Amino acid sequence: MSQIFSSKNLKLLTNPLNLENPITVQVLGICSALAVTVKMKPAFVMALSVIVVTAFSNLIISALRKTIPVRIRIIVQLVVIAALVILVDQFLKAFVFDVSKQLSVFVGLIITNCILMGRLEAFAMANKPWQSFIDGIGNGMGYGWILIVVAFVRELLGSGTVWGYPVLEKLGVYSTGYVNNGLMIAPPMALILVGVIIWIQRSRTRSLIEKK
Amino acid sequence: MENHINLFISSVFVNNMIFAYFLGMCSYLAVSKTVKTAVGLGIAVIFVMVITIPVNYLLEKFLLVEGALSWISPKLANVDLSFLSFIIFIAVIAAIVQLVEMVVERYSPSLYNALGIFLPLIAVNCAVLGGALFMQQREFSNVWESVTFSFGSGLGWAIAIISLAAVREKIRYSNIPAPLRGLGITFILVGLMAMAFMGFMGFKL
Repeated sequence: MSQIFSSKNLKLLTNPLNLENPITVQVLGICSALAVTVKMKPAFVMALSVIVVTAFSNLIISALRKTIPVRIRIIVQLVVIAALVILVDQFLKAFVFDVSKQLSVFVGLIITNCILMGRLEAFAMANKPWQSFIDGIGNGMGYGWILIVVAFVRELLGSGTVWGYPVLEKLGVYSTGYVNNGLMIAPPMALILVGVIIWIQRSRTRSLIEKK
Repeated sequence: MENHINLFISSVFVNNMIFAYFLGMCSYLAVSKTVKTAVGLGIAVIFVMVITIPVNYLLEKFLLVEGALSWISPKLANVDLSFLSFIIFIAVIAAIVQLVEMVVERYSPSLYNALGIFLPLIAVNCAVLGGALFMQQREFSNVWESVTFSFGSGLGWAIAIISLAAVREKIRYSNIPAPLRGLGITFILVGLMAMAFMGFMGFKL
């Protein structure tokens, strides 16, 4: 057991949460990330789906890494990813149909999520299956927490709810004349919020600041 | 005709791939440092989208949707292969990108050199697969509509990346708070540009 969760492996899991965050540091996977953050529930489902797909595609590609010819590796990777995404999509359609409708094309777009290709190329092609699996979970979570934080802010300020529960209404904030900020629901705010998260993260971790 | 113009305008401005759906963000942020490379990538994306989306439309119509196979034999009228659409679309995109790369290399080496590494990277550009999935969702009535839609979406993406590159070239000379430098300010810039593009919402001819 101690070997399975050695400190090196634990680092693989925790590094992507902050120092090597896929969104704010590696700049991967922003494509499908931002459009699903209007409400927390779809954002959470999306984050879970991405964790599942990154973990298992890393595992499969890493197990196959010695047999995949280098020249056609991209198409092999895409086929593995696409097959996993089809599984996730069918699962969502069967069990959480309303969320799957809200996510619409963005479940399919997990295929071209750069986190997947990025991690497969940078990690799974050169490491053992178990490490790759952990790396996949770590990167999926690093992606997921940003998604959920952005969705939390947008839902609270934009619709006055948290996970569909009308918090502001129950607190009686509206009777003081407060109104929801419609701009929060509009797409641009997702970008600006991620910009602010990057700002906060880099003010705290000076080593991440880009050189002039 | 009017229908096509409307579709075109809406896919360039109102439903802009970047500002309304955030598709193709990875390469959008990575390759927008100078205008010259941005133009190259923009043209490559238009090129690939105009080819792949109509091909995917035809495949969808004659292979994937329920009853699509009835042109082979009436026995297959009940077959519904639409769950395979992701894998078919991405395979078509990857194959066509490879094909386009080879054709461009053979017939126009200068264009090939200008596009450089961007061509193969387009296979994993979310905007291309996203365009195909939106095409599937909107159920166009004929293939020409999908051509108009793909050209409009590609052009919208190109306009977005070229304008961001132009802004980023200028902003290099301004004094930005250190933690915001680079990626942070770029995100906020794209947000502000997206806000400007929201002005087109509901725009119709």
